[in-house]
Amino acid sequence: MFEIMEGLKSAFWLVVTFDAELWEISLRSLRVTLTALLVASAIAIPLGTFLAVQRFRYRRTIISFINALMGLPPVVVGLLVYILLSRSGPFGVLNLLFTPTAMIIAQVIIITPVIASIAHQSMRELWAEYHDLLISLNTTKGQRILTLIKDGRRNLLTAMLAGFGRAIGEVGAIMIVGGNIDHVTRVLTTAIALETGKGDFALALGLGFVLIGIAFVVNIAIHTLSQTEREGRW
Amino acid sequence: MTDMFPLTLEQVIVRRQRKLVLGPVDLTLDQSGLTIILGPNGSGKTTLLRVMHGIERINAGTISWAVDDPAKHAFVFQSPIVLRRTVSENLAYPLRLLKTPPQNVRAAVHHWVERIGLGGVRNSPATRLSGGERQKLAIARALIRKPEVLFLDEPCANLDGHATREIEALLQETAANGTRLVMATHDLGQARRLARDIVFVLHGKVHESGPAETAFSNPKTSEFAGFLRGDIVT
Repeated sequence: MFEIMEGLKSAFWLVVTFDAELWEISLRSLRVTLTALLVASAIAIPLGTFLAVQRFRYRRTIISFINALMGLPPVVVGLLVYILLSRSGPFGVLNLLFTPTAMIIAQVIIITPVIASIAHQSMRELWAEYHDLLISLNTTKGQRILTLIKDGRRNLLTAMLAGFGRAIGEVGAIMIVGGNIDHVTRVLTTAIALETGKGDFALALGLGFVLIGIAFVVNIAIHTLSQTEREGRW
Repeated sequence: MTDMFPLTLEQVIVRRQRKLVLGPVDLTLDQSGLTIILGPNGSGKTTLLRVMHGIERINAGTISWAVDDPAKHAFVFQSPIVLRRTVSENLAYPLRLLKTPPQNVRAAVHHWVERIGLGGVRNSPATRLSGGERQKLAIARALIRKPEVLFLDEPCANLDGHATREIEALLQETAANGTRLVMATHDLGQARRLARDIVFVLHGKVHESGPAETAFSNPKTSEFAGFLRGDIVT
């Protein structure tokens, strides 16, 4: 209990004193996570919607595979990305290992199946509702996908928020591919792991509370900006 | 007046999961008026309409139009499908698919939203409308593209007398303006009020077809005679 109180106090002081290192780490966390979220959403949302509207051979297999990838262990993803980006790996020449870009790549791999799977579920329901109308209007595949994405944006936002939640709290993969290098790849989660290892539980808890605060603020901001809760709007 | 007719169905058969749901059907519809497809629930009316519109796959037979242009058909479903958008956006949707200039879209939406008496709720979500209002919106959305043929699947099912009267007036006006209407109903009173031609369907087969006046006064089959008497035809 004492440590939790100390953690809260520590978080409070870190925030109100505009601790430079905290801001740097927090902003890097946000930059890495939001970039990964945008890239993953750009892949996962059209993919999930396409799987909802298009019937083809092995479609169910692909859906099952994506669902299975939701449970992908982040440490394994980190290891694979590490091997691919290491000097002896196929992408070693790009010199991306231990950079924020490597962390973004790992996060994209982790959250794309999460967003795609949730997007597919909600788009499938909307497609069942719209199917007859869109077929009778002679819409093209592209028009169907765009219509579903537009009208299902509230559900897609939920899918994106699930992806954000998974990415912002990720530690295993980004620790491996980022290396937790001070002023380069250190983010909130890896900093928490480091402080815990050093035995500075108060600071670790403080960083943890800041992380939770960021997650809350981003969720509320997205809901507010997209006006999902406003009466009478879609 | 449309040059798409006559529409000819020859030996059309539809099976679902190896069960015969329609056919074999031989039927010819000429170019003007309002044809009512009459029959009890589950008789195959909806399937026949969907076959004519081209959204139901047939297992055998042929469907031929004098001039086939799917863009000139429109379909109104028994349970009105409204997009998760405002009333105005629902009306604008089919025109935007056709890349209609924005000023023409605005003019057409203004005309139709006033015509169906929903001007006061044009910016409200369409899902908040009552059943009758939704059906009027669905009909207006079908008519806004100026189709030459409008298929309607029991558009007044589950509606009260006032809403039914409004929709029937709209349909009569549409037919008078030269749009060919083909409508399914199990409501004999509605058929008597609206029909120029009758197609009586039972167990997936056409038992009677021809001018409504003749069919009602002198039914050729015992099944249709029973239906007209109010017998439970099975």
